[in-house]
Order: sequence, then C-alpha cells, then structure tokens
Amino acid sequence: MITPTMSVSRRTFLRVSAIAGGGLLLASVYEPLDAVEALIGTPRDGALPAADDPRLSAYISLTPDGVVTIMAKNPEIGQGVKTMLPMLIAEELDVAWSQVRVEQASLDTKNFAGQTAGGSTATPSNWLPMRRVGAAARAMLVGAAAQQWSVPASECTTEAGVVHHRASNRSLSYGALATLAATMTPPELASVPLKDAKDFRIIGQRIRGVDNHKIVTGQPLFGIDVVRPGMRYATFVKCGVFGGKVVRANVDAISKMAGITHAFVVEGGDNLNGLLSGVAIVGDSWWKVQTARKQLQVEWNEGATASQSTASFAEQARLLFASPPQRTIRADGNVASALPAAARRVDAEYSYPFIAHAPLEPQNCTAHFTNGALEIWAPAQLPESGRQLVARTLGMEPDAITVHITRSGGGFGRRLYNDFMVEAAWIARETGVPVKLLWTREDDMKHDFYRPGGFHKFSAGLDANGALTAFTDHFVSFGEGERFAPSADLNAQEFPARFVPNLQLASSVMSLGVPTGALRAPRSNALSFAFMGFLDECAHAAGQDTVLFLRGVLDNVQPAPAAVGGRAPAGLDATRMRDVLDLVAEKSGWAQRALLPKGTGMGVAFYFSHRGYFAEVAQVIVSKSGAVQVTKVWVAGDVGSQIINPSGAEQQTQGAALDGIGQVLAQKITFENGRAMQNNFNDFPLLRLKQAPPVECHWKLTDNSPTGIGEPALPPVVPAITNAIFAATGRRIRSLPLSDHDLSWS
Amino acid sequence: MNITLNVNGQSRTVDVPSDMPLLWVLRDELDLKGTKFGCGVAQCGACTVHVNGSATRSCVLPAAAIQGADVTTIEGLSSDGTHALQRAWDELDVPQCGYCQAGQLMSAAGLLARKPKPSDAEIDAAMNGNLCRCATYLRIRQGIHRAAELMMAPTPDGGSRDGASRYGGSTEPENASSLSSSKAPDAGVSA
Repeated sequence: MITPTMSVSRRTFLRVSAIAGGGLLLASVYEPLDAVEALIGTPRDGALPAADDPRLSAYISLTPDGVVTIMAKNPEIGQGVKTMLPMLIAEELDVAWSQVRVEQASLDTKNFAGQTAGGSTATPSNWLPMRRVGAAARAMLVGAAAQQWSVPASECTTEAGVVHHRASNRSLSYGALATLAATMTPPELASVPLKDAKDFRIIGQRIRGVDNHKIVTGQPLFGIDVVRPGMRYATFVKCGVFGGKVVRANVDAISKMAGITHAFVVEGGDNLNGLLSGVAIVGDSWWKVQTARKQLQVEWNEGATASQSTASFAEQARLLFASPPQRTIRADGNVASALPAAARRVDAEYSYPFIAHAPLEPQNCTAHFTNGALEIWAPAQLPESGRQLVARTLGMEPDAITVHITRSGGGFGRRLYNDFMVEAAWIARETGVPVKLLWTREDDMKHDFYRPGGFHKFSAGLDANGALTAFTDHFVSFGEGERFAPSADLNAQEFPARFVPNLQLASSVMSLGVPTGALRAPRSNALSFAFMGFLDECAHAAGQDTVLFLRGVLDNVQPAPAAVGGRAPAGLDATRMRDVLDLVAEKSGWAQRALLPKGTGMGVAFYFSHRGYFAEVAQVIVSKSGAVQVTKVWVAGDVGSQIINPSGAEQQTQGAALDGIGQVLAQKITFENGRAMQNNFNDFPLLRLKQAPPVECHWKLTDNSPTGIGEPALPPVVPAITNAIFAATGRRIRSLPLSDHDLSWS
Repeated sequence: MNITLNVNGQSRTVDVPSDMPLLWVLRDELDLKGTKFGCGVAQCGACTVHVNGSATRSCVLPAAAIQGADVTTIEGLSSDGTHALQRAWDELDVPQCGYCQAGQLMSAAGLLARKPKPSDAEIDAAMNGNLCRCATYLRIRQGIHRAAELMMAPTPDGGSRDGASRYGGSTEPENASSLSSSKAPDAGVSA
C-alpha cells in the first residue's frame, strides 16, 4: 500500500514540525557515521561507486504525528529508485509503508554518496547501506523507549512505527519518541543488526511508484516543468557537424525580434562532452525563441568531422578487416592451429548501427546566476559531474553551484552527459536572469552521445561432436590507438572467453568525431547481437539445439589464464547462467518449437551484464511479405536473493526487453558530411503499443546479494529475435536494423 | 492576438502569436505543466489534450485555430485524480518515468468516452500514436481494461485515499512474473 504524494512542501513540513515541537529525528547528529563497508564482496564486472558516510538525519525525519519522511537521494529517471531506496530504509526502520512520505533530495555531497543513476548500481551499492540507515534510526528509537521505560533495549520490539515492551504492555509511537531519540548515540552502522529476509514486510512487496499520483494528475515534476520568477526561455543552436564552430551569426538582427531579449555567440571549446560553440537565443517565451531561430543565419567552421559518414565507416571497416588486427584483447590456446584442424568451420561478419537514446523529455535545464552563485535545476543522471563540468567551464568554485535534481523523463544513459547543464549555466551567467534552456527533439536527435556502431569478423571451429574448440573475433570499432571511443569497447571477458580452449579477441579502430556514450546496457546491447547471433550459427552448424549447444559451451569452462592488459573484470558464473537458460527454456516451451509453422520461429540467447544473468526466448512471426512481429518474449533472470520491488522489477524487465525490440526493428542513426541525418520520431521510430508483445518474467532466486535490473534484461532480447527470424525463415540476420532487410518469403 | 478559450471549465484569455501551438499556450502562458512536449510534430502524443471533446495533439494546433474552443488537459481530467483511468494507472503502477503518461491518459480517456469496453484491437488503434520510451505499453493496455471495469462498477464511497478499500476488489495486478529459487525452500518463494 502506498500513500501517493506529499501534501506539503518540505519547507512547510519542517516549519510545521518545528512548531509542533517534535523536530527532526537526529537533527543534532552531524558527526559522520562509520563509512559503509564495501558492500557486497567482490563486484562481478567492475567497481561499484563508493557509498560512504551517510548521515541519518539527512535521510529520515519524524514528526510527533507519526509521519515519516524519507529522502530519496538518487535521480529518478524511470528506473523506480525513488520508490526502491526509501523501501530499504523503511523496512529496517520498521514503519508501515503507508506512514512514509518520500521527498527527492537535492545534490548534497556532504550528506549523500553516490547520487547517480547509471550502471544499474543503485541496488548493489545501496542494498546494505540504506537498510543500515533505517536500522540505526530504529535502534535509536528503541533506545529512547528503553530509557523512558527504564527497561533493557533488548526487551523492546518494534512494528509499524511503534516500540513495544510486551512484558509491561507499554507502547510508544516513533513520533512520540522522536525528540528523545535525537539525543541517543547512533550505533555503528557496520554492525547494526539487520532483519532476516523472512521478516521483510516492505521489501518483496509490489510497491507502487511514489510519484504516481502526481504523474497521473499532471503536476509539475520534471525538469521541463521548472518555473522561476522572471524566468526566460532559451534555445542553443549548435553546428550540425559535431564540434563545428561559429564563425559569424546575425545575432544583432535576431536580438531585435519580437519577444527576444538576448542573442549571442558562445565560443565554446573542443571537448564534445563540454560546452560547444553555438548561438544562444533568449526570450520571453520558448515559442518566440523558436520563431526567431528560423531567421538565424550562421556561418560555421565545420572542422574535420565533416568528412565522416556512415559509408566511410563501412569502407574503413572493410579495409581494416583485410589487415591483421591492430591489437589483441585476449589470446588463449592457439587459434592459428585450432581453426584449420577443426572438423567444421564457421565464418561470418556482423555489424550494427549507431543509435540514439531519445528520452521522451527533451534535454533541458534551468539555471539562475546571481551574486557569483549558480542555482541549477536539472534532470541529470550524474548531477555531481554536471556541477564539476559547470565549475570548470565557468571558472567557478563547485561550492558556489547548487544543483536541484528533478525527475527525468527517461534517461537510458543520455543524461549521464551534462552538455545541457553547462549550456544553461553559461547562458544564465551571460544574461543574469533565470533561464530555462529547452532543446527541440531535432536538437536531441542530432546532438546525442550515440550508442556506437561496430563491425565483427568471427571465425569458429567445431570438433566432430559439435563442440566449440576455436573462436576468434576481429572487432572493428572506433577510437584512437589503444583507446576505444566511449562505449565502443570490447573486453577480455566477453563470452565465450574462458569457455573455449583456443580463443582470440582482437580489435582495430578508426577515428571518430561523433560523440558516443553509454546507452542502456552499454557495449552489451550491441555485442550481444553479434556474439549470440554467431553462436546460434555455430549451434546450427553443429547440428545442435542452441540451448544444448550453449549449455555445452558453459560446461567447458577453461582454467583462467592471465588477461591481456591490466585489471580485467571477472566474467560470468557458468552455473548461474545455465540455470536461467534452463528456466527460460522450460517456461517458453522451447522443446516444442519444432511444431511452429513456417514463418513462425523461436530464438534464444543469454547475456551477462551489470552483474545480472538473463536468458531470453523470443517468438516471432515473419509474414510472407517480410513484416516482422515479435509475438512473445520470455525472460529468466537471476539478480540475486531478493526481488526488492516486484512491480518495479517487472517494469524494468519488460521495458528493457521492449526497448530491445524497438532497437532491432528500425532504429539507426546515419551520418553524412559529419552530421546525423535523422530528425525526429518519424525517421527514428520508437516501439509503438501495437508492436509490444507480452513479456513474461521469471526470477531465479540465488544466494547472491541483490543487483540491479534496469539494464541487464535488454541485451539478450536482440539476438533472441534475430535468431528467431532465422528459425522462422532460414534467413540469418547479420546486420541491424531489420528494416534494412527484405525478409519476404514464399 | 487575443485568444479566449475554455480550459478545464474556466474561461481564459491570452495574448500570443497566432501560430503559437496550444501546447505552449497551456504550458508557458497558463502554467499548466501536465501536458508535455516530446516531438513538436505530432509524432509522439505526449501533448495530447481534448479539444471540443476529441483527443488532439496540441503541439501542432496553432492558437488561431482554438478561438473559443473547449480544452481539457490532464489537470482537468478529474477534479481530484479519481478518474477511472487515473485510479487504474496508480493501481497497476503503470508509469516508469511518467513523462508520456498525461498524453496516454488523455488518449485513453478519449477512447473510453467512445468505447466504454474497448477490445485489444481498439486499444491498439486508439493508442498507437502515443509513444512511451520506457515501453509501459503492457500495463497501459491492462490499465485501460481495468479502467473500463472501474467505470462499470458502482462509485466507490470515498473512504481512504489508498489501497483496496478505495478502489474495491483486488488491487494486485495480474502477476506477469514468477519466482523460482535455488535457495532453501523456506525462502518465500512461489511459482
């Protein structure tokens, strides 16, 4: 059960509680509590962000009337974290969820750690720390009751916001204890006792989103909804060619247009993640600003990127494939001898396009510069790195910059990059008035940090029994020298690495002037298609059921050799992956797939990313005219011992699978003369309701600490679909999107 | 130009450029922030409102065309958030980021006004113009069916704002997930 929303603002709330004499729980406790330990043991693929130094008073406040306010520290981008993190605190605080009000915290690096949304890290990095915050506050309330009753704390119990002493039949509400509790010494966070999972009353329940009521009644929540007194509206026009610079612009004429207050050139820099060159137009309504923009004339210095195009990337890839790889990522055994010795050899080239994030709320940010200080309201996934970027770019001290975190209308990785924030900050300082910068959809489509495209040339060797004995990938990607462009990398743990005796992963890169970045399950959302598509080809070449073939590969774990080049993250756990593969095969009726008629097929794939194990089966129908409809997806996932919020987990899983379907069907960003050619949702189509099949989710609970769920369900669906198309039609899909292929059959 | 229109039952007059779309009249002139900007070219449906009773994309409807019109926005869908669709959306926990949902709800309200008990095909046809980047489509479909049920049911008697007592009957959506476990059998697992 959930109480939809706060009915009073924070300021009113604090004032009311002060008048009522209750005060904030622990308002006087500001000494740092013990740093939270390194959480969950060894992370499976990469380091977790530090989540140290939480201070209880920053998280929880109580009033005498029993209202519990919990601060949600992380940015909410649709991943449900504003509901989930407070659930963890409320569980151990031992209050009823109906007593809880949730408020979004502003960026506050003194009181909160890890105020980020990205990498599916919120669950693994907060699972223990947030519970400990709740448990510590509970211990102080129990201590206060014990002191008041002069009984040992060990004789007191709690339930739904009340401390009981059963022996004497006495009870006190948390609200009544709040003032006294604030004087108690906080317990050591690292050793404060936590509930046993069987005693959870909130964790494991389907808890509805805390902002649902505001959302369905249209109340202002998002960055785009921010209003400040005297606020003006801004647009920022950049060169279509990434990094192009303004030579001159008719800003004097623009600034004289109706409703326009400012028009000026921003010199900008060369960092594609920072403030780029452009023209700012500011006025008293966004529409008038857009009207003026139509009259804007800019002479650009387009720079070197103007020579880059999708066609030139493909041509360079062809040439790089014809040469030996520039560098080796991993080399096990001896592929040079194993491939020719194989009973059967499989060769194939795969490629995938750049794609855009396209969150539905266009990039925006509101900023106000007064007396040397900046106040910023931003839908940002990494507000602290935004603040640092603004500080560096404007030459300010970070302490002079306040960032309020608004709800984001989707993130998907786009709002990890704070270009919109630094643009708004610069314009605000230039104009001295509160300014809301709002991009058009076209601005967003043409100035993303795209999921990079890539090219793979695979070879595999199978022995007489169909077992995989050799595997090579020459990955042609983007970057400079030893460095891959952001999210354009391949690491030494990519499956089937560690499961094939003779294996080589190698790469070559071409230079890129297009900004790239993390898109939901970065790397993995693309690599899954190539690797799991090719492994499906290997299974067919071996004459084996893909599930059995993949099981055989997982069973063939090799002794771990030293990875090439530095600290490599650990790879997947074969047992956990085999279990979700078996589960999805069982739930999807995989064994009966031969009964499907021609034109209908099932495909399977698994993928390990962001500490999560997911295996998925897709069923597709390909019409004789070649139209593809995904008709059902089955998902089996292992994200540890506990599904914290089954409603939210199901949303994320279904959303990720459907996101993958949207990518496969028709999404691509192409470049000509150094600029993106797509404009809006007419030429970069998102999945629509009619195309959304049922997505059935099954959880495999394992004895592992819970991990995140926003991303890892996406990667397997992509190859599951393309493998299903092969099963349906015999046509192997080796490049995306499907709209590039004629899939008609007779 | 001066435009007078009726918004959520109130007469409002604004002085705006004749080509300013209704979306910006609502958001920036009348401070009704519920209606959202997503594409500006009637491709995404985030800006859907009712104009003279019909679900309409407000991002491409110029002010000059709405003189005297009756406009209902998400803020006016109900006085207190108790429209059957709003209740169903909360009950089934439809929103993820929530940005598109005002538009979804207004399109769905238009559908239910015409078809009180729509089929899946009718839902597909009516809702296909509304994009959800988080892809909450499965729950949107479920939510429209649930709202249709709620509209048929007797009016709930006020009562508490949350939970089953208010909505009547089960508030648990049909569970599309299952749990299985390799842990001890007492780990709270059901199939």
